[in-house]
Amino acid sequence: MKVLVGVKRVLDAYVKARVKPDGSGVVTDNVKMSMNPFDEIAVEQALRFKEAGQVEEIVAVSIGPAKSEETIRTALAMGADRGILVEADAEIEPLAVAKVFKALVEKEQPELVLLGKQAIDDDCNQTGQMLAALLGWAQGTFISKIELGDGNVTVTREVDGGLERAQIKTPAVVTVDLRLNEPRYASLPNIMKAKKKPVDKTTPAELGVDATPRITTLEVQEPPPRAAGVKVASVAELVDKLRNEARVIG
Amino acid sequence: MANLVIAEHDNSELKSATLNAITAAAQIGGDIDVLVAGNGCAAAAESAAKVSGVGKVLLADAPVYEHQLAENLAPLIVSLAREYSHVVAPATTFGKNVMPRAAALLDVSQISDIAEVVSEDTFIRPIYAGNAMAKVQSSDPIKMITVRTTKFDASAETGGSAGVQAVDTTEDAGLADFLGQDLTQSERPELTTASIVVSGGRGMQSGENFMLLDKVADKLGAAVGASRAAVDAGFVPNDYQVGQTGKVVAPDLYIAVGISGAIQHLAGMKDSKVIVAINNDEEAPIFQVADFGLVEDLFKALPELEAELS
Repeated sequence: MKVLVGVKRVLDAYVKARVKPDGSGVVTDNVKMSMNPFDEIAVEQALRFKEAGQVEEIVAVSIGPAKSEETIRTALAMGADRGILVEADAEIEPLAVAKVFKALVEKEQPELVLLGKQAIDDDCNQTGQMLAALLGWAQGTFISKIELGDGNVTVTREVDGGLERAQIKTPAVVTVDLRLNEPRYASLPNIMKAKKKPVDKTTPAELGVDATPRITTLEVQEPPPRAAGVKVASVAELVDKLRNEARVIG
Repeated sequence: MANLVIAEHDNSELKSATLNAITAAAQIGGDIDVLVAGNGCAAAAESAAKVSGVGKVLLADAPVYEHQLAENLAPLIVSLAREYSHVVAPATTFGKNVMPRAAALLDVSQISDIAEVVSEDTFIRPIYAGNAMAKVQSSDPIKMITVRTTKFDASAETGGSAGVQAVDTTEDAGLADFLGQDLTQSERPELTTASIVVSGGRGMQSGENFMLLDKVADKLGAAVGASRAAVDAGFVPNDYQVGQTGKVVAPDLYIAVGISGAIQHLAGMKDSKVIVAINNDEEAPIFQVADFGLVEDLFKALPELEAELS
């Protein structure tokens, strides 16, 4: 079985996003960029399938600026076999990303596409569902458990009320949640090896995808700040304040 | 303009998130129709018909929609959507699962998790875990929208008298089988709609210690939540998680206990009206957003708090 894994280059999860003074977006120059944390979990899952002998080849795909090749190299250092970089300069929307993936799926013929459930920059949570729709495939979203079967995949999904289990037909698109696994770190020898692994480069246009945005970002602003609070000295003082000042408890 | 709101329900009752989505549709303007798709879901459709502002309820009642699998529900939404300028659903795991699938089939981009309606085509939505708010304008003929429920009041459950109209149902896509669910049973209010939430973090040290929070929550009639750290550590199930990738809550009172205040946790609770932080680390970032901070060992503070509330 071949697996396609999506890896997006995003602002590192531990860096606080700062809005540009001109309101055009969020500062991404000269700040630490990393692989989207959910995508790391997707890569890890693919590796575990491979180690269990259930998967032969893992292809890491990134769609974005040229520097996204670093993110692909990270996936290769973790253990993915090869990469595909689809260079797109502008902010590319999930619908266009899904169309790019569809074109790649038609070329590569994987039986499973593993993606993070959302990217922590735009927080859209759309790409996997859109890709499944465009391919006419089943989707397993927000999963915390996965088992490969014969012609199907059994997934446990994290939903608002708890957990849900479903069996979906393969080929399928699966989007992963945080508790699926703990991604590994790449070892130094593997980082060196990853430099020699092949990364193909293409563009949305070469794949026949029209990536023209449908949504325009007019302005990005800081959220309204919260007024500074006070420290209380004791539980009694806290309860008094909640009762008589804030009036949020009876 | 006309809005189609996709109802979230459990076949017998409408989920409250649907009421928030209806309010967002009302702010967009124009007619509001509500789609109730399920199996044996006539009661939920009747409830939807009574909601203030609803013009018409579309009822798709068939076994194929029993578990609202996205593979079956999305084609139904697509079959109806072309009559509407806006299709609106709550940004719950239900809405997040089905809406992008329908959007892609319609070849439109989705606007996820809107916090504000600026005009019929322009919306404000949080990005980067709520550390920035983006004003976005859609050029698509149909606007596919999910709604951050905490940013829109619930519509009144009474006052409406909409008609219920059956719609043509679609075929089983045959792609997915629902196997079962494991839903958390609780006597306490639901996390996303509770007026008071008490949450625990890594500082709780174990699942058993959440009992201390439960006792305080019971005194307050509060829901119990948790940070990602506490869920990852296995103290409590995933549905307790408040944060960027868990649930977003905005109660009147949020009490964070043993939670450091990571960016991704703040994203899920910083719109709460009053925030209390109890933590023994006075440098914890949670104190920067707290209205009232108590630097104290939680194992001392929680029993005291319970006693003080008795």
